[in-house]
Amino acid sequence: MSNGDPELVQLLTPEGVRIDHPEYAFVGDDESIKGLYRDMVMTRRLDTEATALQRQGELGLWASCLGQEGAQIGSGRAMNASDVVFPTYREHGVAWTLGVDPLQLLGLFRGVDLGGWDSLQTRFHLYTIVIGAQALHATGYAMGIERDGLVGTGDPERDAAVIGYFGDGATSQGDVNEAFIFASSYNAPIVFFCQNNQWAISEPIERQSRIPLYRRASGFGFPGVRVDGNDVLAVHAVTSHALERARSGNGPTLIEAYTYRMGAHTTSDDPTKYRLADELEHWRLKDPIARVRAHLTRTGAADEAFFADVESEADELAARIREGLLSLADPDLVQLFDNVYVEQTPYLAEQQRWYADYSTSFESGDHDVAAGRQ
Amino acid sequence: MGTEAPGKTSKITLAKALNAGLRRALEADPKVVLAGEDIGKLGGVFRVTEGLQKDFGEHRVIDSPLAESGIIGTAVGMALRGYRPVCEIQFDGFVYPAFDQIVSQVAKFHFRSAGRQKMPIVIRIPSGGGIGAVEHHSESPETYFAHTPGLKVVICSNPIDAYWMIQQAIASDDPVIFFEPKRRYHEKAELDTTIPPIPLHSARVVRPGTDLTMLCYGPMVKTCLDAAAAAAEEGRSVEVIDLRTLSPIDTATIVESVRKTGHAVVVHEAPTNLGLGAELAARITEQCFYSLEAPVLRVGGFDIPYPPSRVEDEYLPDLDRVLDAVDRSLAY
Repeated sequence: MSNGDPELVQLLTPEGVRIDHPEYAFVGDDESIKGLYRDMVMTRRLDTEATALQRQGELGLWASCLGQEGAQIGSGRAMNASDVVFPTYREHGVAWTLGVDPLQLLGLFRGVDLGGWDSLQTRFHLYTIVIGAQALHATGYAMGIERDGLVGTGDPERDAAVIGYFGDGATSQGDVNEAFIFASSYNAPIVFFCQNNQWAISEPIERQSRIPLYRRASGFGFPGVRVDGNDVLAVHAVTSHALERARSGNGPTLIEAYTYRMGAHTTSDDPTKYRLADELEHWRLKDPIARVRAHLTRTGAADEAFFADVESEADELAARIREGLLSLADPDLVQLFDNVYVEQTPYLAEQQRWYADYSTSFESGDHDVAAGRQ
Repeated sequence: MGTEAPGKTSKITLAKALNAGLRRALEADPKVVLAGEDIGKLGGVFRVTEGLQKDFGEHRVIDSPLAESGIIGTAVGMALRGYRPVCEIQFDGFVYPAFDQIVSQVAKFHFRSAGRQKMPIVIRIPSGGGIGAVEHHSESPETYFAHTPGLKVVICSNPIDAYWMIQQAIASDDPVIFFEPKRRYHEKAELDTTIPPIPLHSARVVRPGTDLTMLCYGPMVKTCLDAAAAAAEEGRSVEVIDLRTLSPIDTATIVESVRKTGHAVVVHEAPTNLGLGAELAARITEQCFYSLEAPVLRVGGFDIPYPPSRVEDEYLPDLDRVLDAVDRSLAY
């Protein structure tokens, strides 16, 4: 991949060697690279722990981001404090960079809520499960930023942009294509970040597109770039550039982060039915974490104590997730009626009261048929 | 308030009343934005937004690309950014490409976010038949939306309600599907803006009566009033209720009337099967059982796709079919 594909932006080879690119450079020192390494390890541990918890029956489902840590951490860490994210349901690494409590991600998959984090405070909007729908939300939000006059002010503290995440499968959805059109037409400050992980459940990328995805952008009138999604430095550089372009009023960019879904689509999936183990082995050699570790080791920027510290921190995270998850309370169905509307309707209030009385009647032992009349 | 805007009292069409209401909303809140196909320079295919882009600018009255899901999906994003989008779907039959965004996103956001995020979006949809249009331009899709938790659904029947209801819908922090009876766009009424409106989610008795309750909304209100007048000539006193709000339904007003009359007929253009009439019949049966002297009867569109326009007058409930239902109900 690294040497055979001139279209691919890469700054760190799978062997952990830094290389130059004529247009993009990673801005950051050894400490920032160590920070990215730590983020990726923590994301992987979160993901591994969640998969284990699903297998143990504690989560209904988990959508693993295994192998995509470079794409997610590199893009997440490229954001300014004013930028906002619209994720799919797999952006656990991006959520990590924005300080979303991993437990709240797991809450959704355990079935205790439908998204427990505060998306305004974290700037990480709710997971969207209908494929591609969030691309339009991201675009509309970006149109709002533009209307607020927060694009191209020249003040980097004020200017803002949006990253809309989606996968290769989503590029076939009408909503993603409509989002491209709206964003282009209104010159919205948005970065479309497509993680091409090669598989949409069982369907390979060839079923979605006969050309490299990033080239689709030119048909919509904005630039597209393909970056090595397993190269956290290149992803950071390319995303920073695209965000800066959006914030300064130059409109959207499509980034195709070329990566691989190392795990199943979700814990309900069985990828052995549709893809070869060889392919997995091929991509294992391009692991986003191993290459940064090789680089840090080779250059002497990090020693064994550093790696041991990160491992130990990841262990703590895993323990905290496990303990916290098991103590999450189930929701109260009666209370859920409260949030259907801002202003509840009389009909719903009556139904809520009825159910509250009905369920209480079982507890108090005085349930009778008459109470069942609504 | 523009060339055709109402003064204290004025004769105004339903389309102009909506225009005046939208203008008031745009003036009252800088976060209100309008979006839709052809709503800017053209002023909408029914001219409901005429002159608004000229007066409020392209940033507030947005000519959208021709993509309904895009219109609603970007409105969701703008609402999350603090705006109050008012979207126009050009015709009833064109709303379906946006169905996912409306049902899965607009309707559910407040619930999914445990009340942290509001969706103050209004989706205006000209609806109903009777204008001799080609297919997909005459439908009555209200049940899909009234069936969806998280949405509120209203429909105006006259210029006065149109003026107030559009402003009330825009002021609502909940998403509102706002149906406009396109065949009544050009009907006129006296609008006195000094008379305050009734709450958005309330029905109104538009003709009092004692023998039978007629429940209708939107374009059928005029048809039912005509039918009630004809029935009166035969000595029958029909009470006509304009539902105005389809979700939530103002059950109290309906129940009060049917307990008095003991007879109820529901009239709508939408196909009868699982239409609003089914829900109304169920609620009336549950709450007025001991007052009923006849089953609740429904007069609706037939359960066929909307027909070619040359026979739409046969398909749509008209005065005779409504009176036939009155006869049948009172014959019990």
